[in-house]
Amino acid sequence: MTLLTLRELGVTRRGRTVLQGINLRVGTGEIVGLIGPNGAGKTTLMRAALGLIPPTGHSSLAQLAPRARGRAVAWLPQAREIAWQVDVATLILLGRTPHLATGQKPNATDRAAVDRAIARMDLSAFRDRTATRLSGGEQARVLIARALAQDAPLLMADEPIAGLDLAHQIGTMKRFADLAAEGRSVIVSLHDLGLAARHCTRLVVIDKGRMVADGTPLETLTQTLVRDVFGVDALVQATPDGILFQPRDIVG
Amino acid sequence: MTRLTLILSGLLVALFVTALLIGPAHISPGPSLRALIMGGEGPMTLVMREIRLPRALLGLLIGGALGLAGAAMQGYLRNPLADPGLIGVSGSAALGAVLAIQTGFATTWSLGLPMAALSGAVLGVCAVLLLAGPRGSSLSLILAGIAISALAGALTALVLNLSPNPFAANEIVFWMMGSLSDRSMTHVWIALPFILLGSALLASLSRGLDALTLGEDAAEAMGIGLRRMRLTLIFGTAAVVGASTAVAGAIGFVGLVVPHLLRPFVGARPGRLLLASTLGGAAMLLAADIVVRAILPDRDLKLGVVTALIGAPLFLHLIYRTRQDAT
Repeated sequence: MTLLTLRELGVTRRGRTVLQGINLRVGTGEIVGLIGPNGAGKTTLMRAALGLIPPTGHSSLAQLAPRARGRAVAWLPQAREIAWQVDVATLILLGRTPHLATGQKPNATDRAAVDRAIARMDLSAFRDRTATRLSGGEQARVLIARALAQDAPLLMADEPIAGLDLAHQIGTMKRFADLAAEGRSVIVSLHDLGLAARHCTRLVVIDKGRMVADGTPLETLTQTLVRDVFGVDALVQATPDGILFQPRDIVG
Repeated sequence: MTRLTLILSGLLVALFVTALLIGPAHISPGPSLRALIMGGEGPMTLVMREIRLPRALLGLLIGGALGLAGAAMQGYLRNPLADPGLIGVSGSAALGAVLAIQTGFATTWSLGLPMAALSGAVLGVCAVLLLAGPRGSSLSLILAGIAISALAGALTALVLNLSPNPFAANEIVFWMMGSLSDRSMTHVWIALPFILLGSALLASLSRGLDALTLGEDAAEAMGIGLRRMRLTLIFGTAAVVGASTAVAGAIGFVGLVVPHLLRPFVGARPGRLLLASTLGGAAMLLAADIVVRAILPDRDLKLGVVTALIGAPLFLHLIYRTRQDAT
């Protein structure tokens, strides 16, 4: 089954082409790491795929009706916004919005989804706390839980692990692996290539608005590509224990 | 129904009955309520049905509308300092009313003033839509509202400045303070359809406002139509604020303070705040209108002055509390 199809997706803003020629098919059970330097177009790619900015070309998600799209994909933006002092469980329950018809109250299924998301993100202790009074990393985990509660087959997350402590970075990537094991898929942008190499089943490399590589971490994350795209000299080594990635110095 | 809704509803009923029982004509509660409900010939029925009932009804309607619009505006802009007057509709409605008083249009036709104010509100909302567009950031809406308010304020000041007639100028100044005295059932019938329509529009925003807690991008991705929300908010607010200003003048602080005051009691959920703030706004305005008549019955104390006198200290207290919260 295909969860997302992009054909010749592009974005032009203020007469400047910021993204072009993106072709991508994401099936079930994948963890797709979206990597690339700052300003490469990772966020633009995800927002255009969702139809939040008008794209050229084709995106299977952008064509859906708004609520149907909300059930097909959960979107976790990079900006961590929590506008009001609501408690954690209430905030996570907002993830059920696309499942509720006008005026419909959350039912047992919705509450169960919230409970699962809370357990997954290790937030049981924070359930009744005010979300805005938590630390930045804790808030990030609450917002990931909100996206998990949406219970969509596809999760798109924009730098979800930035600002988390090491254990929760790895923990979050492992939660994504759990989702993939259930037959869902995750598209996640991230800057930590070590974590990307280790936990993603597939890497899509974006540079200057174009897709320059797409494949397993071992295929894509070559020394040449890392030097050309990121300007970094790095050691990439396949070990029996997974891929080791160690950046050494900047090039040039 | 939650406990808060019950408490506020009970308070509202008590205030509404009190508002019906207070006035310069000294009649005891029993006979006055009987005259109101049973009717009959005589001055008592006239006083109750033509003077006190419309006044209490307008207090209920306008207070509720302002509370609701304030909660919706704060929820949409995700800013506790937002106020229903922010989009410039109250300013432009006031300008329409001021022009009607100045030109004498208000005296030639009894509905001249409210109709002119409503026209001003319609022009104001058109200007805001033209400036801010149906789609755009909340900042563009705020800026457009400030620009329209400033322009309407400047034109109002110009009318006062050039007014050759001191009586008209006097009347304008008093009208702008906002009041519910000497209103008739006609005023209720003018305001009612707009307030009901606008309130229905604003009430429909509940789920969208909740989702906006997570920011515009996340809300839109969850299926919330931001463009439609924005138009619903602008038209809903314009309808209730335009109609309120048209029949009662400018009454400030209700839409600002009431949502802020009640937010902690609804777990800060912007959707649930809508109903609470409607009830709370109606209660605050009825209470203020009772104060107006109880404290200085023969000095014609203006309602807008009292809401500001009650609202400003409350607001200061809230700011103080917010500051303590932040540290």
